[in-house]
Amino acid sequence: MREVESLSALALAWEQFRFERKLFWRNPSAAFFNFLLPLLLLVLTASVFGDDRDLLDSLVPGIAGMSIMATTFNALAFNLTFLREQGILKRVRGTPMPARSYLGGLLGSAVANSFVQVGLVVAIGHLAYGVGLPPEPVRLIVVVALGVACFGALGIAFSHAIPNFDAAPAYANAVFLPTILISGVFYSSESLPTALVGIAEVLPLEHTIDLLKTTMVEGGPLSGAAIAVVAAWTAGGAYLAVRFFRWE
Amino acid sequence: MLARPTRGLRSSAIEVADLRKSYGPVDAVQGLSFAVEPGEVYGLLGPNGAGKTTTVEILEGYRRRSSGQVRVLGHDPERRDRRLQERVGIVLQSSGLYPRVTVREAVQHFAKAYPSPRDPRETIALVGLQEQSDAKARELSGGQRRRLDLALALVGDPELIFLDEPTTGFDPAARRTAWNVIRRLRDLGKTVLLTTHYLEEAQVLADRVAIVRDGAIVAEGPPGELGSSSAGYRVSYLSEGRRVELQTDDPTELLHRLTRDALARGERLEGLEVARPTLEEVYLELTDRVEGG
Repeated sequence: MREVESLSALALAWEQFRFERKLFWRNPSAAFFNFLLPLLLLVLTASVFGDDRDLLDSLVPGIAGMSIMATTFNALAFNLTFLREQGILKRVRGTPMPARSYLGGLLGSAVANSFVQVGLVVAIGHLAYGVGLPPEPVRLIVVVALGVACFGALGIAFSHAIPNFDAAPAYANAVFLPTILISGVFYSSESLPTALVGIAEVLPLEHTIDLLKTTMVEGGPLSGAAIAVVAAWTAGGAYLAVRFFRWE
Repeated sequence: MLARPTRGLRSSAIEVADLRKSYGPVDAVQGLSFAVEPGEVYGLLGPNGAGKTTTVEILEGYRRRSSGQVRVLGHDPERRDRRLQERVGIVLQSSGLYPRVTVREAVQHFAKAYPSPRDPRETIALVGLQEQSDAKARELSGGQRRRLDLALALVGDPELIFLDEPTTGFDPAARRTAWNVIRRLRDLGKTVLLTTHYLEEAQVLADRVAIVRDGAIVAEGPPGELGSSSAGYRVSYLSEGRRVELQTDDPTELLHRLTRDALARGERLEGLEVARPTLEEVYLELTDRVEGG
């Protein structure tokens, strides 16, 4: 006989989010390097190429885009493979925790990391390299949210293809490293061979970076084509993420 | 308090009728039927690969059945109704723990998903982990991890608890501790469905046992009575220093004949014993010795 109502799905998602944040910080060195690596790449690349204004204006959004991919795509692919292999997903499945609350909390934690990371990149870009602050912060938040949705969905979908946790870094990096190299994170992708440019234009990262650059540096209208490509990958990723989700 | 419909109050906690489950060409479960009454500890006993875990995971809502009827607390577990999950506690054969979370944090977190959870501290004490409350999961021994599994299954104060091989890999002392916890669940009025391939475990804990072999139940009953129908009684005595053993379904008649003949010869039947086969003998006979099927 139920005399007490259970928490709503939303309240449980919030509890799961808080739990995931606790787990994240419970491994402080991992958390530290998670945030440090993109900043390190920002500082190193900037020092290699000197104080070329155009380059810095491209590098800061590029690193921000890379950070979004790392904190969602890579992190969720790793995390879900671990949780599945450990049997933690199966355990959660056996409780009244609704799937959407659990996955919402998990996803929310990755999103929080994305926003923190982009915030750090913007701050370092501004303080250390004099890159202007985003003129329209709300628009930046919307663009980051779009990128997060896209790479989060793709990360969950990609985790289905990873056979075990030992293989997760290799699988994730096999996608992540080539993608950041051809998508104009560190240098303009215009100098790449045409074939690679073609591939980069199909993938969502270059377009995410393009949208970030418009909001963070250039101002002006967002590219409709870029939004369309990112949205298409988001929809496809979300479909695959849900369709092939495995709890064990 | 509002009057509630009484329908279902006396119905079984678990009802399974002609359950079948195939994985491609493999028939893991082949027409299983049984019922577990409220407050009962019911044991599914059988060798590895007999279909016990497949059956339990269907009841827990993890797998879809190929055919047959299944009711768990009046629900179809395949629907994964949250109201059913709130009344059920599950200890899987193996499931993971967050390595960096303490016992207390894990129990407190899992409690949140339930409408009226048991006090986390009390739950930890129930499974005997109070000394390890602040230990992280990765610091626990195998037996302690298993007890944390049990605590996480009990924190929602479920009516029905599934225990899939809860003591596999335990040393004898850890097994006795776990048995005491399960006995306490029975004392609390919980319904327990237990799978095990340890005979002694079924014998000690279960009110009723079903012996499962090749996806079907080959015998069912209270562990003490399970032998009586199938293998009969053993009557033995010493004759010229050697033990003579006879099997019968009607010990009264046999004993009468033996003692009458002995008295007629003016002898005594030394070392006369009448024994029913132990569960172990029944189990071995049903699962190992019988070929085919």
